Amino acid sequence: MEVLGGGQVLQNVIGKTSEKVRNTVERGMVKRFAEAIGDPHPVFVDEEAGRDSRYGRNIAPPTFPRVFDYGKIEGLGLPDKGLIHGEQTYHYTRPLLVGEDVFCWSEVESYKEKQGSNGRMGILTICRYGESLDGTGIFVEKQVIILTEAVMKGMGI
Amino acid sequence: MKQLEELQVGESLEEITLAPVSRLDLIKYAGASGDFNPIHTIDEEAEKAGLPGVIAHGMWTMGNLAKLFTPYYDAGFIQEYKIRFAGMVFLDDVLTLRAELEEKKGTALHFRMKAVNQDGNEVVKGRVEFLLM
Repeated sequence: MEVLGGGQVLQNVIGKTSEKVRNTVERGMVKRFAEAIGDPHPVFVDEEAGRDSRYGRNIAPPTFPRVFDYGKIEGLGLPDKGLIHGEQTYHYTRPLLVGEDVFCWSEVESYKEKQGSNGRMGILTICRYGESLDGTGIFVEKQVIILTEAVMKGMGI
Repeated sequence: MKQLEELQVGESLEEITLAPVSRLDLIKYAGASGDFNPIHTIDEEAEKAGLPGVIAHGMWTMGNLAKLFTPYYDAGFIQEYKIRFAGMVFLDDVLTLRAELEEKKGTALHFRMKAVNQDGNEVVKGRVEFLLM
């Protein structure tokens, strides 16, 4: 088997996607999440307030998609420690509704290496998607992860 | 509370100052989000990672910052929310959340967002596009 050198390990997963996973915007999880960010507003947690809102039901906070399962991207073996979260973006076409099912998947958008003042670093961008069961896009999440030199060495990069 | 439609460029939403960050806040967020990276909850693990102590999840701060808009979901929703994690948040830090209207583009309101700690340092910064419906 060929041993890949340099950032080749990550270059090879650019554009790769995970399988789609069906998730549910669960009422209990939305409530717990809203409480954990100190925002248990009726629009998120109170059924009657949700019914009376312009959305006709409760919605989820914008950073809630954190809890979904986005499947596994084959070949993308990131360590569970030592990664630095650099940036995070959400784009929505509408709020997520409590109780709805969402298909979620992820994709490696890009990987670049830079020489910084603290040595080499890798910059990995992962996109995560959520769409309704009829295939309409609801949100796109973009996450920029910084790999320090120590992390890169640990991965054999 | 002022309606979002009436807000002028250069004006801000009413800022929120959070209670000092506690370990329980971070344990709760770990449980609610599923992010159990121990540098956010266990001192020894944070120290092993070269940190002086546990740090808040960046997403905890980003999640908190969005609540400046929660009272306005009857007027529209957050179409775009972009954040850069600029500094670390430690236990007992006191964060103030701010959103300043930067531009109006049709029905989209562009806000400059930041969370600032007790020393005046920006720990997260970015922007929100709020779409009026």
